[in-house]
Amino acid sequence: MQLKRFLAIFKARNHEFWRDRASLSWNLAFPLLLIFGFTFIFSGDGKSELKIGVVAQSLPKTLESIKYTDFILYQPNTYQKDEILKKVSHHQIDLLLDPASQFYWVNSTSPKGYLAEQLVVAKFPKAQSQTIEGRAINYVDWVIPGILGMNIMFSCLFGVGYVIVRYRKSGVLKRLKATPITSFEFVAAQIASRFIIVVTISSVIFLATWFLIDFAVLGSLLTLLIILCLGTLSLIALGLLIAARSSSEELTGGLLNFASWPMMFLSGVWFSLEGAPKTIVIMADFLPLTHLVQAARKVMTEGATLYEVQYHILLLIIMSVIFFIGAGVSFSWGKNR
Amino acid sequence: MKASNAGAVDPNSAIFVSNLKKSYALLNAVNAISFEVKKGSCFGLLGPNGAGKTTTLEMLEGLIIPDSGFIEFPCLPKNKSIQQHIGIQFQETALQDFIRVEESLEMFADLYGSRNKIEELIQQCHLQDFLHQDTKKLSGGQRQRLLLALALIHDPEILFLDEPTTGLDPQSRRNFWNLIKSIKETGTTIVLTTHYMDEAEFLCDDIAIMDQGKIIARGSPEALLSEHFKGAVIRLPKTPEVLQHFNNNQRAKETELFIELFTDSIETEIKQLIQHNVSIDKIKIDNPNLDDLFLKLTGHELRS
Repeated sequence: MQLKRFLAIFKARNHEFWRDRASLSWNLAFPLLLIFGFTFIFSGDGKSELKIGVVAQSLPKTLESIKYTDFILYQPNTYQKDEILKKVSHHQIDLLLDPASQFYWVNSTSPKGYLAEQLVVAKFPKAQSQTIEGRAINYVDWVIPGILGMNIMFSCLFGVGYVIVRYRKSGVLKRLKATPITSFEFVAAQIASRFIIVVTISSVIFLATWFLIDFAVLGSLLTLLIILCLGTLSLIALGLLIAARSSSEELTGGLLNFASWPMMFLSGVWFSLEGAPKTIVIMADFLPLTHLVQAARKVMTEGATLYEVQYHILLLIIMSVIFFIGAGVSFSWGKNR
Repeated sequence: MKASNAGAVDPNSAIFVSNLKKSYALLNAVNAISFEVKKGSCFGLLGPNGAGKTTTLEMLEGLIIPDSGFIEFPCLPKNKSIQQHIGIQFQETALQDFIRVEESLEMFADLYGSRNKIEELIQQCHLQDFLHQDTKKLSGGQRQRLLLALALIHDPEILFLDEPTTGLDPQSRRNFWNLIKSIKETGTTIVLTTHYMDEAEFLCDDIAIMDQGKIIARGSPEALLSEHFKGAVIRLPKTPEVLQHFNNNQRAKETELFIELFTDSIETEIKQLIQHNVSIDKIKIDNPNLDDLFLKLTGHELRS
């Protein structure tokens, strides 16, 4: 690998992107519009129904008569108390009741928690309360990592894939092939350039929306940046792998859609995969966007550390390496299909 | 390059090609051609579209792998990549979007590892006036001069030019020819494909005429013309009286616009025309050129 050759292509690609004002504006405007749109749509309180977690094998008879309340049962032997208490702290459950020990946990800053507490105290007058604090995590907080992740995915896959196919079709690659540059140098320069572009734009969008909407970011920004970088790398390398040989925009467009649509629906962008069939969960595990979104969401809504998302980090690294080597090996300068 | 039977290679040759073949599906694009290019000369590959010129050129450039045959560059060192020693100007070359002329020069210079030639090429190829311009906004002539500069950015020993003046206006073509002449004077070997006969006659020391993947004539333009023609060519407009006069005349050939007659004695032919009351008002008398040669050899025109 010669640094000079790598930098020559890297610089040219950067010039191409940043000087294309129309494309740059759209890259910034589209995700902002999407986020503001979703915030507007989901800015209400959500369902008015109360959600009470009950640690019991079946619902106690004293609670059966309560209307308009969603009771979620947690099996006493298997439930993970810390996880459920996190949900209470983030207002995802309004109250957690353990009828056997006559204890309940409620978030003192949650208005719906207060209502749930009044109901529970009426039915279990001897129950003792434990107070938990924490800001509410609503759907907007939950979905923002997904939307940002989805935007990164499209920017990486289509931004790299179409550029390579355009280069191949118009003869740019043929001209470069006639120089001493190697396919790995070229592929690495494309990855590096797109990486800087996506990380910069995503960071700007993240900071701007965070400032304007004030969504939840409970974890460290540095951890988020690391996840953003690794997710971006893996998705760019996947885009290059898809466009490694084709010179047909139609075929490449189809292949990119084939890769991006499953990620949109299976990677937990819009809804949680909790409770989804096991096959779907296994399939989702093979998609880089799943690990980008899930790791970012854990950091943003649960305050997870880098250590706590190590599984996702590791898989993103492995995928990046595999896709990069695959793209470098299968890369073709000429018109193949 | 693929080796089969190299035979004797002249060490003073720039390029030695033997029995080169390339097929695509049922098409024999290049069919067992052999030739040699002398160091410092300008070699022209002529032929109509689809004759196999570009395929031949791209095999020489190392961009297409031949099915069989032998290509050698006796004057180039064996230990280095051929790309370091050859310069290429393709028939159609696209550059990255939103890149300025000077940035293109710097990028290509960096791909070869040295920016030493940039200033010299800016002068030589007359790029000064549009150095800061986007490459997409250049005129045809400016663009070709830039592409030539990019091909020369690493000071190559051999320069390949694939139909470099196609689509240029006459003035730009003439300027480009002068530029190529000046490059040739520096000792660079030039291999050129073209279907402009005047271009080949002006620039080439040696030509090979290709048709259907084969070389059908080979030599200097002058030698080929004197070998195949004596005298001049008389062209008469295709009026009814001319057509009637030359009906069933084996020596006359009908082209799209004219009836052509090759002759050793212009005077005799004109006397005969006058005797037969054929008007000579719009008669044209020329020396045969490479177009005529190609027509004679293959029966179809070079630009078909």
